[in-house]
Formats: sequence, structure tokens, C-alpha cells
Amino acid sequence: MSIWLVMIAIGVMTYATRLSFILLFGKMEIPRNLRRALRFVPAAVLPAIIFPELLVRDGVLNLSLGNERMLAGILAFLVAWRTKSAVLTIFIGMAALLLLQTLLN
Amino acid sequence: MLSERRKFLAGIKAELPILIGVIPFGVIYGVVALEAGLKAWEAQAMSAIVFAGSAQFVTAQLVGVGAPGLVIALTGGVINLRHALYSASVAPYVKPLRPAWKWLLSYLLTDEAYAVTITHYHCNTIANPHEKDFGEASTIRHEHWYFLGAGLALWATWQVSTAVGIFLGAVIPESWSLDFTVALTFIALVVPVLRDRASLAAGAVAGLVAVLAVSFPLKLGLVIATVAGIAIGLWMEAEV
Repeated sequence: MSIWLVMIAIGVMTYATRLSFILLFGKMEIPRNLRRALRFVPAAVLPAIIFPELLVRDGVLNLSLGNERMLAGILAFLVAWRTKSAVLTIFIGMAALLLLQTLLN
Repeated sequence: MLSERRKFLAGIKAELPILIGVIPFGVIYGVVALEAGLKAWEAQAMSAIVFAGSAQFVTAQLVGVGAPGLVIALTGGVINLRHALYSASVAPYVKPLRPAWKWLLSYLLTDEAYAVTITHYHCNTIANPHEKDFGEASTIRHEHWYFLGAGLALWATWQVSTAVGIFLGAVIPESWSLDFTVALTFIALVVPVLRDRASLAAGAVAGLVAVLAVSFPLKLGLVIATVAGIAIGLWMEAEV
């Protein structure tokens, strides 16, 4: 299969996924309980992306103090929580990671 | 008209800080795609056709190791299953819109545009989350223009940063760990949605399950973890 076919196939599947419930729920009433459940989507999906990025290194769970990404991530979370600033979160988190990598290696 | 423009600009403005984390991601994708053997214009076209960072990374890597096309296509498609949750989540707010709007906004429904937009939608309906017509209310207030602004800002940035990666990126040393900006972006996005004990519990459980299920194929652990988090959130909410 050519790379173009592969890209178009993935593109179509991705687009169909994004379109799916927007179209479906456009035609039917959304049950109230489902609507309540959907309000938790962002609160659940974002940590589900973040945790493995910080805690799993090379395929294994790493909770040691030698895990720079975990430490920098915790600091970034505190910055985000206190300042509500994405810019500060990204810059301080990145600076912390580079500093820790220098110190720990 | 004035209100539409104001919402559109507000959407762009809300997305701007997030773009700082997205730019390195796009640049790294451009580099990885070329290293995997994609031609420059193929790598660039994928950013427009697929327009989903993690799926594009995996696709490039699988192309690089010479995986069969069917395997690559299925993997790329399944990784984006979480977007079905995003679709369901924004559906009530865009329900009254014309089909053309729905088709356009669906194309722009990425992780980062979704997170910014849904936070905005939630904040504007928090007074009455069970209000039946908040789709109607959102549409009257032109909130879809906010969605469009956030989505287009991300789209344009993704295309340009891919191009930068393709043409300049090979000089970025791996020791700079620029890929970490992806995690930092999501950390910045998650804080505003952790509003109460129920959503905090949902996030904690989803994060833990995602770590435990990290070895599941095709990032299916992500979807399982999200569903587990939602269940805990609902349970906590019912308890209070």
C-alpha cells in the first residue's frame, strides 16, 4: 500500500471519529445521564495522557527521584495550579527538566 | 457580526499560550517523518490530511520500520479513538449549528483545541449544567466562533511548525528534550478542568489506570482509563 493510501485512510478514520457523535447527537436527544458523564471527559482524558508521559520511562513505571520528567512535571503542575498561566507552566517545566537532566547525569 | 469576530479572536487568544508547547511538537514531527523516510511533501501533507500529532508520529515511525500499510492504517485510526469522546463531549454545544459548521469544526477537533474550547463551554454553562438548551444558548452567543478561532490557530501553527521541522529541524539535538513540551501543554490544559472533588477523582483514577494499562496496544489503555475516570467522577458526584 502506498504511503498516500495509508495517510488518506488514517485521515478518513480520524475525521470520521471526530465527526461521529457531533453528527449522531445532532439527530437525537442526548440522554441526561450521558450528558453528565460527558462533562468528565476532559478531566479524565488529559491525566490519562499526562501520567504515562511522566511516570513511564522506556516502557517501565519509574517513580524514583531519578525520573526527571516526573519531578519537572510535578513542578509544572504546581506552577499551572498557582499561576493559571500556560506560558509559565511550559517555560518553568522545560527549564526544570533541563536543569534536572544536567544535575542528575 | 461584531460579536462573532470578538468570539473568534477570543478563541485564538485562548489558544496562543498552548501553541508555545505545540510548536516544538510539530517541529519534532517534521524531523521524525523525514528520518523515517517520508518525503518532505508527504510529511507536510500528513499534517493536513491526518492533523493529529500522536497518530502522525506513530505512522511515521511505522513507515520507518517498514510495517505493512494495513497495520499502519489501523494503528493510526485506532490511536485517534479518544476523539470520539471529544466529539460526544462537544456535541450538545454545537447541536443547533448548520451541517457545514459541524463538518468544519470536526476537522479542527484536536486534543489542544478541544481542551481549550470545552473549558470555555463549561465555564459559560456552569450556572446550570442541566439546562436543556445550552446548545441553543451557545449558538446564540456565537461560541462556535470561539471554537473556530482556537481550532484554526492550532491548525495554522501545526502546518507551519511541521514545515519548520522539515526544513530546519535536523539540527535540534535530542538532549534538548523538546518533546517534553507536549506533556507540559497538557498539564497547563488540565488544571482549569479540575474544578471540584469529582473531577479531581476522575483525573486521578484515569491517570493511574492509564499508567497500569500503558502496555495495551494501540493506546487502547487511554480510552479504558478515560472511561474508568468518568465512572469514578459520576460516582463521586452522586455521593455528594
